[in-house]
Amino acid sequence: MWAAAIVAYLFLYLPLAIVVAYSFNDSRLNAEWVGFTFDWYRKLAQNEEMITAAVNSLAIALAASVVSTALGTMAGVAMHRYRLRLLPVLVLTPIAIPEILMGVALLIFFVMLNFTLGLVSVAIAHIAFCIGFVAIVVRARLAGMDESLVEAARDCGATPWQAFRRVTLPLIMPGVIAGALMAFTLSIDDFVITFFTAGAGTVTLPLQIYSMIKIAVTPEVNAVSTLLMLLTLVLIVVAARLSPSLLRTESD
Amino acid sequence: MAARGRVDWGKWAVSGPPLAYLLFFFAIPTLIMLAASFRTPGDFGGLAPLVGADGRLDLNLESYARLAESTVYLEVFLKSVAYALVTTIACLLLAYPLATLIAQSPRKYRDLLLLLVILPFWSNFLIRIYAWMIILGPNAALARGVNAVLALFGAEPVPLLFSAFAVLVCLVYVHLPFMVLPLYANLEKHDRALLDAAQDLGASGWQRFWRITFPLSLPGVYAGAALVFIPALGIFAIPDILGGPNDSLIGNLIKQQFLESRDWPFGSVLSIVLTAAALGLAGLAAWVGRRGGRGSSRA
Repeated sequence: MWAAAIVAYLFLYLPLAIVVAYSFNDSRLNAEWVGFTFDWYRKLAQNEEMITAAVNSLAIALAASVVSTALGTMAGVAMHRYRLRLLPVLVLTPIAIPEILMGVALLIFFVMLNFTLGLVSVAIAHIAFCIGFVAIVVRARLAGMDESLVEAARDCGATPWQAFRRVTLPLIMPGVIAGALMAFTLSIDDFVITFFTAGAGTVTLPLQIYSMIKIAVTPEVNAVSTLLMLLTLVLIVVAARLSPSLLRTESD
Repeated sequence: MAARGRVDWGKWAVSGPPLAYLLFFFAIPTLIMLAASFRTPGDFGGLAPLVGADGRLDLNLESYARLAESTVYLEVFLKSVAYALVTTIACLLLAYPLATLIAQSPRKYRDLLLLLVILPFWSNFLIRIYAWMIILGPNAALARGVNAVLALFGAEPVPLLFSAFAVLVCLVYVHLPFMVLPLYANLEKHDRALLDAAQDLGASGWQRFWRITFPLSLPGVYAGAALVFIPALGIFAIPDILGGPNDSLIGNLIKQQFLESRDWPFGSVLSIVLTAAALGLAGLAAWVGRRGGRGSSRA
């Protein structure tokens, strides 16, 4: 069984390791190792399309994580505290249905409203699918919280808002931050929904990577992939430390 | 709990904004897409006017009829189901030993081992597809090795990239963590005493697995199957990048209707069929899982 597990771990990591390794390979072909170089990173730093795509991705992810964290936290609190019917359904279905459905539904919606596709439509779409993930993390954190602390605050005369602001919020803060990091990562990595809601002129990092691997692969793709992996890795490790339940709840 | 009745405004203040956002940017667009499936495609893409030149509402079942008319769509759909099924089974076979190992390892290493399974899942989806483009590429060691072996037997060289094989390997790769997580969550809760008891009664290793561990793990298996099957069914990027001309799945068909043919009503019909199939099968898995769960708790 150890052997099977090691094979499974190799299967998971070898492909990514190859991408990282070739990003330092002094050859245009991803076929054999020639020598070590930073050239692809240097080329990347001068690639204006790529820089525009990265700036777009960061701007969208920032907006999406801020707004979806606010809305997702409210949803998590509401689902924890009240018996609701519609909200849990609306929060959880975007996670459960095929991603492409949300992409095409929003495409029809934006075009019907004559809403110009671009950074804003992508951000709106990202917020919609991130709310659920934030809500799940926040609700998990609330479920592990001692309710008597809030009751004590209320007994001492705190208004519901004061009790939330001074007691609940600080206690669930690690969950909120973990949710925000997760939303940021999901947004910066999203391809399918972005593909349908970005329109013709707007490019994000995943869209740029897609067109590069569809049309002409250069080892610059390896370099940008390596950087993107590094960023995601840092964010997720931080988020998982803040909210260990992240490991178990993100996919349900 | 906060006082009842008095804080009804609080309930709305907290649930109102996310509810409004999701209604406006998820529920309503989905309903519009449902409605679009009964409309007529516009001359230049999009939708024809809802009220026709003759002043009558232009709603019809033509796009649904088109789906029923040709077996091409049914074939693509069945192929998508087959790919998703193969992916689900392969993920189960790979995930089982991995999840068992994590569940049986000392508590302090479990979160780390689990994190190691999840990390690749968090790296960008396209990067993971691209990694397989490199590995399966015609100049890479794997393709050369495979073809060298084939040449020994006098067989024609086969391309690994742009094939059904490439699509399936990548589908398994991308969805594996979805299977490991629920399996692990289930296996972790198993009571070791049951296995010890079986061993005392003389059960072999295989018998212990097949008669105890596996039946008890069925709820985890069904949950993982749903989590793998649904996204695998709707995927379009993997066949788009790694597949050959015959590897288009239903996701590719939907993408094509929206962005190339610009036939939104038909694209909507395909999306609805995809979602209904995915949710229906997930519901089935959940139902079977609950029954399985009840059965095993009675045992």
